[in-house]
Amino acid sequence: MIRDTGLASKLWRFAIWAVVVLFVLNLLGVIAAVVVDSVGTRWLGTWLPAGWTTRWYFQAWREFQLTPVLIVTFEIVFTVVVISGLVGVTSAYALARRDFPGKRLIILIFLLPLLVPPLTYGIPMATLLYQAGVGGKFWGVVLANLVPAIPFVILVMIPFIEQIDPRIEQAARVFGASTTSVFIRILLPLLLPGMLAALLLVLVRTLAMFELTFLTSGPTSQTLVVSLYYAVFASGVRAAQSIDAMAVVYMITTLVWLVLALQFVNPTQIVARAKQQAPQ
Amino acid sequence: MSAVAAGSAPPSPSLRKRLAARGIDGTTLLVLPGVILTLVLFVYPCIYGVVDSLSPAKGPWYANYRIFFTDPFQYKTIAATLWLSVPVTLINVVVAIPIAFRVRLMRRQRLLTTILVLPITLGTVLVADGLLNFLGPRGWFNKTLMFFDLIEHPIRLTNNYWGVFASLIITGFPFAFLLTLSYVSGIDPAIEQAAATLGAKARQRFFKVFLPLLVPGLAITFCLSFVQAFSVFPSAILLGAPSGPTRVIAIAAYQAAFEQYNHSLGAAIAIIMGLAQLLVVVIVLGLRSLFYRGPAGGTKG
Repeated sequence: MIRDTGLASKLWRFAIWAVVVLFVLNLLGVIAAVVVDSVGTRWLGTWLPAGWTTRWYFQAWREFQLTPVLIVTFEIVFTVVVISGLVGVTSAYALARRDFPGKRLIILIFLLPLLVPPLTYGIPMATLLYQAGVGGKFWGVVLANLVPAIPFVILVMIPFIEQIDPRIEQAARVFGASTTSVFIRILLPLLLPGMLAALLLVLVRTLAMFELTFLTSGPTSQTLVVSLYYAVFASGVRAAQSIDAMAVVYMITTLVWLVLALQFVNPTQIVARAKQQAPQ
Repeated sequence: MSAVAAGSAPPSPSLRKRLAARGIDGTTLLVLPGVILTLVLFVYPCIYGVVDSLSPAKGPWYANYRIFFTDPFQYKTIAATLWLSVPVTLINVVVAIPIAFRVRLMRRQRLLTTILVLPITLGTVLVADGLLNFLGPRGWFNKTLMFFDLIEHPIRLTNNYWGVFASLIITGFPFAFLLTLSYVSGIDPAIEQAAATLGAKARQRFFKVFLPLLVPGLAITFCLSFVQAFSVFPSAILLGAPSGPTRVIAIAAYQAAFEQYNHSLGAAIAIIMGLAQLLVVVIVLGLRSLFYRGPAGGTKG
């Protein structure tokens, strides 16, 4: 490591760390403000609330009907995870193992839904889903969320499958393993860490996916984040603390899975998912 | 495959073999479910959107686009969106570079990157809710500024331009930073050591060695950050002034499609939004091609 020791570079280093610390403090402040407000009795113009209480959680649970909302949320999210896992891993396997004409075009088709922001393609897609009669229903939300989820699984899995030596599969074949047992006894165990990472990340992303769910959900198919949006949008109708209590519930449901996902992946990978594969 | 074919004079390979030679066999077909679903759920809606936008309820084929570009309430959304997204993206990317260079040298980056990944995973709705509290007239931000006597009265930071600006920084900066960090870490440290051995100062190492290697990655980071900022939606409603200065183009598209139930106009505005993003991306990637292209690894061959 190279370090300059001049005064200017010391000042520069200090300035950089000051920006980082300031940003992190503000970021944690934003999150802490929600948490503190949700457990405070009255909080008017002081540093901390006057007293502490948990009643906003009971009130939020009742007012926002969180039990059905949470059930619907997890039904939708797990359906998306299962379907995108099945479809994504098989597609990724084909793309990792075979070189065929048109492969670049297919990869481009899979990249686009991740690069184009959801709202841009979401409006015509939601229109179509409503015309097909699934808009506002469970399957409409699932189909909409599959659009970014499948390509995400594929792009995470391709480098993962590429690093498994194809000779392992060939050796199993030579010893007479059938396709099913090659898959179950050779591929699945090797792919499991990658699949878990990809699917947990899909889970977190679907839980937090606001735009597509917002455009396609109806009263009975809202996920937690969409309910939270409506609550904040109509703030003034309910107590602010009650909305924040709901926000904390949302935060916890998302962060539990994020913490799990971070056991398998580096935080940088959540953003830079489509890394170029390492040179052979 | 058959014994007869093998015996006859120049045996023409079966279709299956010819396809397999080009890489198409049973395994290749596994790609189909993913391709079909993406075609049906993504590509077809995009094409449908274009056709729908060109077939308005009444008037000639370009009627929707005429409505958008003649109504100041509509076409001004483009300027409003650019006025938010361009400064935010520039700040996010430019600030991310020196910080990524510092953090690259850290041994324990994990805690920082984990904190920074929080706003990305929690999403804009939660950040908007938190900022309403945090930046509000009685929130911690104003209180701290008043505590240090930087301001006399609380400044208004929510339900206006600055609220949306702050939310785009809070979610956009970590995104730009983590992407930049992954590009910066991909550059072989040996290159910097070589430059330092040859006597290059820190500034020279950055501008002459790192920056040219980073330009492709930075261009991608800028494009992705910009595209996200340009399609800002929930925070522009919750934290901004959705009928005034932060009426961004996404709000216009949503209102046309789902509040006025004019899906044809909604599709047209969504396409204008996509084209505006595409235009900026093409410009940025065009500028990038003027710079160095080549490996960022340090090894030979």
